[in-house]
Amino acid sequence: MPAKDYASTRYSGLTEINVTNVASLAVAWQWPTGRMPGHEAPPLVIGSVLYFVTPFPNELFALELASAQPTVKWHYAPPVLMGAAGVACCDQVNRGIVYDGGRIFFNTLDNQTIAVDAESGAEIWRVRLGDINRGETMTMAPLVVKGKVLVGNSGGELGVRGWLTALDAASGEIAWRAFSTGPDADVLIGPDYDPHYEQERGTDLGVTSWPGEAWRIGGGTVWGWLSYDPELDLVYYGTSNPGPWNPDVRPGDNKWTSGIFARDPDTGFARWFYQLSPHDTFDYDGVNENVLIEREIAGRMRRVLLHPDRNGYIYEIDRASGEVLAAKPYVHITTSTGVDLATGRLQHAPEKSPELGKVIRDICPSAAGGKDWQPSSYSPRTRLLYIPHQNLCTDWEVTGVNYIAGTPYLGVNSTMYAGPGGHRGELTAWDPESGAPVWRLTERFPVWSGTLVTAGDVVFYGTMDRRFKAVDARTGEHLWEHETSSGIVGQPIAYRGPDGKQYVAVFAGVGGWAGAIVSQGLSPEDPTAGGGFVGAMQDLPQYTGAGGELYVFALP
Amino acid sequence: MSLRCRRGLVRPAAVATLAFAVGCEREQRAFRATPPSPVEQGLQAGDLRAGPPGTAAAAPERLTPERVDVETRPGRDDLAPRPTPGQLSDQPRLAADGSGRAEAPFQANRWAVAEGKRLYEWFNCAGCHAPGGGGGMGPSFMDAQWRYGDAAPSVFASIVEGRPQGMPSFRERLHSGDVWKLVAYVRTLGRLTPKDVWPARGDEMAELQLEGPRSRSSGPASAAEPASQPELTP
Repeated sequence: MPAKDYASTRYSGLTEINVTNVASLAVAWQWPTGRMPGHEAPPLVIGSVLYFVTPFPNELFALELASAQPTVKWHYAPPVLMGAAGVACCDQVNRGIVYDGGRIFFNTLDNQTIAVDAESGAEIWRVRLGDINRGETMTMAPLVVKGKVLVGNSGGELGVRGWLTALDAASGEIAWRAFSTGPDADVLIGPDYDPHYEQERGTDLGVTSWPGEAWRIGGGTVWGWLSYDPELDLVYYGTSNPGPWNPDVRPGDNKWTSGIFARDPDTGFARWFYQLSPHDTFDYDGVNENVLIEREIAGRMRRVLLHPDRNGYIYEIDRASGEVLAAKPYVHITTSTGVDLATGRLQHAPEKSPELGKVIRDICPSAAGGKDWQPSSYSPRTRLLYIPHQNLCTDWEVTGVNYIAGTPYLGVNSTMYAGPGGHRGELTAWDPESGAPVWRLTERFPVWSGTLVTAGDVVFYGTMDRRFKAVDARTGEHLWEHETSSGIVGQPIAYRGPDGKQYVAVFAGVGGWAGAIVSQGLSPEDPTAGGGFVGAMQDLPQYTGAGGELYVFALP
Repeated sequence: MSLRCRRGLVRPAAVATLAFAVGCEREQRAFRATPPSPVEQGLQAGDLRAGPPGTAAAAPERLTPERVDVETRPGRDDLAPRPTPGQLSDQPRLAADGSGRAEAPFQANRWAVAEGKRLYEWFNCAGCHAPGGGGGMGPSFMDAQWRYGDAAPSVFASIVEGRPQGMPSFRERLHSGDVWKLVAYVRTLGRLTPKDVWPARGDEMAELQLEGPRSRSSGPASAAEPASQPELTP
């Protein structure tokens, strides 16, 4: 699975490559994908075969690793609607595939979920779950839990109504669908729903916390990561920002957007919900990863989830009850003053409250958040969470907004720029025990790649200015780097090859929201381009071109 | 009011409501003009690279890195000669050069360009192509790469018909006059209209100048190498 395990640790137990020898790591082989949008997906190795999906049009490749040089075992190109490219908010990315029971499952940008036979490449089933003409797309990596393929939609910037859908892994038929807005019957809130906080209790909050029928185009898409706790039998995932970005037209808490759901995977019914950013005003999606760990707190072992949110706080949440145990800032924050642990409520800073026609400056973190989709990793050896993230602030002007299906539903002009220090990216090693960083690296551009940590105590990550790096998991000391053909926004993995050796693999291929200036050819002259991200990335074209290439490294 | 208008789901701020209402009113109006096709305009395939249409041995087009001085460029049949001042009709009219070719309306009309700027936000062009025109989900208007060509009729056709990579059709939402105003404005973003019709910039985000990446909290970002050193906290 894309996050290595159900707990989403992205921790590899392999030790052959470690702090003492990683400096001699070298390229074992490379493989071009022929596609140029951002390569955010990780490859996946099952047995002697490496699988990967390209960015749109989402071709699936299986490479046989048993031979001296990798060869194509099979190739599957789904029939896709090319118009999907024009409704994808943030480059035409895909965040990965999942393997279960001899099959590969993945989503396409034009809202198909597809099951392919891992051995032959034959299509087993293919279903379409959304409509690009309403602005819906799919970019997330599915998760298979107890015979169900869990998938969610994207399009929180286009007035899409978010959902998580469970498909029967054998047939592709919809087992259940849980919307993120609307009446309880649609959201799958029933008698088992027992949230920790008062603010999450009530009937049909997904309707009553919105004006009129605005919940029908209210966002809350599910484009991020899924985790699963087999013992509690609960699935965890976050919902995206409410739509539109303009908050004036949607007074209320806008349930169930920008929050975390815990659900029963069999029925889909919610167990608890916690809203990270009620009435979100800055595009602070709640979709970031939930890393499941056990930790002793005040003499008691607690099952917690760690969630570094867009709004700038790392949440530690009791994953049985939804109680927030800690919420500490990990980046510079001006939009809020803290989280009230008694009520669970984010404390908005009134001076940063958006107003129609007024430019609010120095909003930190930016709409891209303290951290965006790029997933962290957690090592049980160091007990640290390795968070790739950005250091960006924004100017934010609320404008009139008008819903036109299939086009953005924003109502904000914005531009981003570097936060304090002038650097735009950071890698933070976070200690949940002390609630503070142990070490922190700065990077020129946002660290838009995932991180991988191994039992060799090495953390791997990539940079948008074409470097794949290895650092010491305990100290952050730089150990090794390799220059790649394009910037890196992918997710590194470690695997044991058929020859028994350890390999580390990552895609180069800059893009995504941060890299769209290069992959989509946006104009650096316009700092409002690309949802305002171009303002912070005007010099990226001087460091990298678009690309798409798999790099596999090994010790010589 | 059409069904679509009554189904308006939100009641946003006054500006947007007005935009919606005006948009609905416009939908009642007949779609008046078919765009002049490149063929009607007398453009031949060779004209895409060579000089004024109809001249057999045209001089090669002068290629300049900056496209500001479009008025002096040969071969811009929808720009030269300049339309008569005050042209307000949204109907294609005959070019003033006596060639018998149709001419796209509004392309050198300052008022129409300003109107186009307003429509650009109201009809959500800004959502995909960015408030400043630098692109996002949709392509940039500020570079020299126009997927379907930069001629006014091509841009008109893109707005009315939509395009296969995701550009929706606005046929049901705009009447032809407003489409031509939008055409004039987006071509202005690409510096393809005469300089003297360019609208003033929006002042609200006035700090958005070509400063490069910056950090207000600590002054402009340094161009120096990023300090990729571990920062140890006690």
